[in-house]
Amino acid sequence: MNIVVLVKQVPDSGADRNLRSDDNTVDRGSANNVINEMDEYAIEEALKIKEAHGGEVTILTMGPEQATESIRKALSMGPDKAVHVVDDALRGSCAVATSKVLAAALRTLNADLVICGAESTDGRVQVMPHMIAERLGVAALTGARKLTVDGGTLTVERQTEEGYEVVTASTPAVVSVWDTINEPRYPSFKGIMAAKKKPVQTLSLGDLGVAPAEVGFDGATSAVLEHSKRPPRSGGVKVTDEGDGGVKLVEFLATEKFV
Amino acid sequence: MSEVLVVVEATREFGVKKVTLEMLTLARDLGTPAAVVLGGPGAAEALSAKLGEYGAEKIYAAEGEEIDGYLVAPKATVLAELVTRVQPAAVLLASSQEGKEIAARLAVKLDNGILTDVVDLSADGTATQVAFAGSTIVKSKVTRGLPLVTLRPNSVNPTPAAASPTVEQLTVTVAEGDKLAKVVDRVAEQKGSRPELTEASVVVSGGRGVGNADNFKLVEELADLLGGAVGASRAAVDSGFYPHQFQVGQTGKTVSPQLYIALGISGAIQHRAGMQTSKTIVAVNKDAEAPIFELADFGVVGDLFKVVPQAAEEIRKRK
Repeated sequence: MNIVVLVKQVPDSGADRNLRSDDNTVDRGSANNVINEMDEYAIEEALKIKEAHGGEVTILTMGPEQATESIRKALSMGPDKAVHVVDDALRGSCAVATSKVLAAALRTLNADLVICGAESTDGRVQVMPHMIAERLGVAALTGARKLTVDGGTLTVERQTEEGYEVVTASTPAVVSVWDTINEPRYPSFKGIMAAKKKPVQTLSLGDLGVAPAEVGFDGATSAVLEHSKRPPRSGGVKVTDEGDGGVKLVEFLATEKFV
Repeated sequence: MSEVLVVVEATREFGVKKVTLEMLTLARDLGTPAAVVLGGPGAAEALSAKLGEYGAEKIYAAEGEEIDGYLVAPKATVLAELVTRVQPAAVLLASSQEGKEIAARLAVKLDNGILTDVVDLSADGTATQVAFAGSTIVKSKVTRGLPLVTLRPNSVNPTPAAASPTVEQLTVTVAEGDKLAKVVDRVAEQKGSRPELTEASVVVSGGRGVGNADNFKLVEELADLLGGAVGASRAAVDSGFYPHQFQVGQTGKTVSPQLYIALGISGAIQHRAGMQTSKTIVAVNKDAEAPIFELADFGVVGDLFKVVPQAAEEIRKRK
């Protein structure tokens, strides 16, 4: 099975994250940039399918030059190769334009199965798998906590608010996964060394037949007008329990009219 | 005034979800609210009274086994046809997994911008979003097409405004291309009568400090006394104390209730990401230096196994 895993480089969600003051884009310069955590689960799932059914695993990333670090990190887990869509004109692209570029790249890769994280930790928008599936005219099985592959038939357990749905489709398809689906492996020393030699193909917009005007700030379908830091919460009361902590807690709830 | 389409979220068990009422309330400021029910046969009938109560002047009903029997794509197709026909002032969906997914397909079909996790939308189309775990407030706008936004639950105070909606049945023809992902089963796992986590006005969460799965009864008891939902930190979920669908945080649910009570939760950034826009935050933790106290409006440094039962008892006394 020919599997493509979508990997996004994001600012580390464990540290302070900011938007830039000049163009309102994510400030990557000051951030510690890492693989989107949920994508590691997608990579793990792809590797497990390859191990069970054979095939090839390709990483696909759209992002600036520095995303190469995340691509090498992804490859160190075990995928075979990577494709990096990189073009200065992509800067400022909205989700709609991003899906256009990723769909164009996927058309060149003939994937049976595209796997991605259910959301990225920076935007948490969750729209990419369905946007891509819509453009490619393939099935989207999203929010999977379990994926079963039986020949060309895919079955997922899709997490919902009330429980889960069992959803099935034939390949080709896009599957997005939550972090409940598996436990990602750590790259081995051998894996890290091997990743340095694995092929990483770069594609420009020209290679994909996408016009620069369709992407970036010029082609964006939405715009950030302004942004500000939310003021830190302040002025809380902290008491030490001296045998009446529970009562004091309820007294507070009562003044706020919760009880 | 142009219509504002509100895509209804509802559950079989509880009917119209609160976020739908929030959307109808918001829609009244933007135009004429029109609810869109996309569901199985008879779905609209069961929901129409509630939708009217919150100001829906019209209900568009697209019903059928095929709407419900396949993942998202048929709903997006029906909605795209409706949007093209009625040219609404805006389209509002819930910022839930499915709401975002329908909106995603709609955005591609109409080549229209999309804004998710919106907490407010003004009449000129300017949306307010919270980003980066609630640390950043963003004002944004769709610049191509109409305002297509998904509203985060607990953003608007839902207020009734009685209307008598007319119901228009939409003809549903689901193309083969929208029948690629078939829903073969729906399994309910969430038991009991607690409100849903993302919609609840009160959330009581437990963390590693709760110690084990059995002790989560304490968390549940306090939640039930306050009419709230139960949440859990990632540490508690990873330790097997509570099921994953109740996880609050960066890789779980984002909640924004009126009251959030954190029990035995240190307040790692992973957790804060999912709850720090809550209106009032209360924390109980034995570690006085725990970062959760930086967020808390009221914090108790102490043993939660002493503080929580006493609080529960005190609430019972006052009832």
